Amino acid sequence: MLRIRRFDERASKMVKRGAIPGTVHTSIGQEAQVVGACMALGDSDYMTGNHRSHGHPIGKGAPLGPLMAELVGKSDGVCKGKGGSLHLADFAVGSLGESGIVGGSIPIAVGAGLSSKVLDNGRVALAFFGDGAANQGNLYEGMNMSGVWKLPVIFLCENNQYALSTPAHTVTSGVIADRGAGFGMPGVRVENGQDVLAVYEAVAEAVRRARAGEGPSLVEIVTYRFNEHSEGLRLGVDYRNQDEKAEWVSKDPIVLFREELIRRGVATAEEMDALEADVLREVDEAVAFTDASPFPDPSVAFDDLYTDSKFAVHTYHSSSFGTLENVR
Amino acid sequence: MTVMSYLGAIGAAQKEAMLADERVVIIGEDVEANVYGTTGGSGKSRASEGDFLQQFGRNRIRNTPISEEVIVGAAIGAAMTGLRPIVDLSYSSFLYMAMDQFVNQAAKNRYMFGGQASVPVVFRSAMFYGLNTGAHHSDRPYPMFMNVPGLKIVTPAYPSDAKGLLRTAVDSDDPVLIFEACVLWGSKEEVDENEYRIPFGVGRTLRTGTDATIVAVSGAVPEAVAAADALAEEGISVEVFDPRTLVPLDVEGILNAAAKTGRVVVADPAHRTCGAAAEISALVSEHVFDALKAPVRRVTTPDIQIPFSPALEKQLYPNRKSIADAVRASVGARPAGGNGSVSTPGADAEALSTGAAR
Ligand SMILES: Cc1ncc(C[n+]2csc(CCOP(=O)(O)OP(=O)(O)O)c2C)c(N)n1
Repeated sequence: MLRIRRFDERASKMVKRGAIPGTVHTSIGQEAQVVGACMALGDSDYMTGNHRSHGHPIGKGAPLGPLMAELVGKSDGVCKGKGGSLHLADFAVGSLGESGIVGGSIPIAVGAGLSSKVLDNGRVALAFFGDGAANQGNLYEGMNMSGVWKLPVIFLCENNQYALSTPAHTVTSGVIADRGAGFGMPGVRVENGQDVLAVYEAVAEAVRRARAGEGPSLVEIVTYRFNEHSEGLRLGVDYRNQDEKAEWVSKDPIVLFREELIRRGVATAEEMDALEADVLREVDEAVAFTDASPFPDPSVAFDDLYTDSKFAVHTYHSSSFGTLENVR
Repeated sequence: MTVMSYLGAIGAAQKEAMLADERVVIIGEDVEANVYGTTGGSGKSRASEGDFLQQFGRNRIRNTPISEEVIVGAAIGAAMTGLRPIVDLSYSSFLYMAMDQFVNQAAKNRYMFGGQASVPVVFRSAMFYGLNTGAHHSDRPYPMFMNVPGLKIVTPAYPSDAKGLLRTAVDSDDPVLIFEACVLWGSKEEVDENEYRIPFGVGRTLRTGTDATIVAVSGAVPEAVAAADALAEEGISVEVFDPRTLVPLDVEGILNAAAKTGRVVVADPAHRTCGAAAEISALVSEHVFDALKAPVRRVTTPDIQIPFSPALEKQLYPNRKSIADAVRASVGARPAGGNGSVSTPGADAEALSTGAAR
């Protein structure tokens, strides 16, 4: 959780001073939901994310350097600078990619569950999506298909209560978790999504079901984002009540878990301070890694479009690539 | 060699691919019951070996709900994680239901994830035009997908091509969309019953000629061949070239065939605006303009939704007559019914106004 928090805080600063191009959506405030879910997964399990998913590969164990370099568009970025903040993926830790299209990666997770089932490799696929995405039709196509095929898929709704400026209850009929019942699967709502252990327990049960061949589950986690929808975005309207916000900020999952660990005698305050210092150092190193990485050479812009490198559609675009003869 | 129908050749290729590689699965609506005719095994083999469901089981023959978006998306996700799915989307009009997954996931994932993903999935669909199925079932949408970098687009016109290109498609680590024109289903050809593959980006020359070149796509190919045969009887010698795959496109083959005669007609059953014919015409004009003796002509379906009534629909698609008329106009001969091959300056305008050059 701390890694995600410090990484996102740094990214937020960097985007504000122009060191990161484009936009960045942080999970600050939602870390318990990310980490509780990722902890319930094994290393080889799959996950897909959405536009707010820097934290998710981190939760799956991805090193910070290549992720930070990707946000800046550097050649050592985890996607070689082709994806950026909205399209992070780290296949080495089972992160199959975020989607800038709200809801767009949900069917991909269903497919990962399908391949696990056909290949019988015991892997589970978890799709993270927001309360806004919960109203996309592909979720229901995906839940139905996963249900009839008993795929090892977990649909995890990060209900941070807003889709950009729109309060969830104004666009969502009924309770999201209840929608599981319509597809014959458990729909679990974790009211205290700031409690990482509560999230872990709910998702662990869904993982158990998936591995046992009992099929998919829907898990809705109620949480809150502390920052704006997108870093740098300043909306003129105050769509979130300040008291409401203050109340959720007082339930900071990192503070809560730190207190819990100390109370239970798992770690001392000093040990926790040392851990925090370590994490800050790790983020500094990620930034140093990013700084040291060159921007990609413009010539690689066409790489990776197709697997076959000599197969390039652009070869006959004479205006930018000379005549047909000399590009072939 | 065995005589195979177009559909039979597709079924044979699917069966070969399923037998050759356990990662190949077939996903689609009504594939268990073989409603669309490519998962049954043909005639004798079906009787002796059963259909695909019996041969390969429900784990690999996946009968889906009517949920095109998740069918396409799940196939992409499955391809990214170890399977090699063949998706049967039945009618090509249904591809629109999953446009987001085609454009935002299938085509982009490999690129935006910096090569971490590969998406080895084949999407098949049939274009049911010309069968009085009306506007919702008669689309020929391949040009829309040509506009999406990252996809490969295949338009086989003959059974042998359908079989060989499908095997190459299954081998491809990139997403491939195969468009099968139902007007071709009845065609039969001697096809090698052994495994073989036809490389993408290599066209097929169906007739050689010296006066004009027809570059034809999908269901227009046999019509172009028939037009060339008819024109030969009038003393007009026509080269017919089928690129077979639209992405990658056999640009060299097209340009060579175009430059050889200097007169080019492009026949394409898709809509006119931004169609495959538009792209091919532009390439010819861009690269071999100096070799041209006449303007490039397009024979396409006009920009119209497909009406139901046979009386209205029949006239819309390129056919042997409209293609031949365009060639006659190109070489300066009068349309059939005129007085032979007299070259008149007004012939082009006349052909245009009668719609022959459409
Ligand atoms: C298909 C689509 N529609 C709209 C958008 C614009 N958009 C980006 S994020 C967002 C809000 C999403 O809300 P939610 O799913 O709850 O996720 P959250 O931002 O709260 O994490 C919107 C409307 C988009 N990217 N994709």
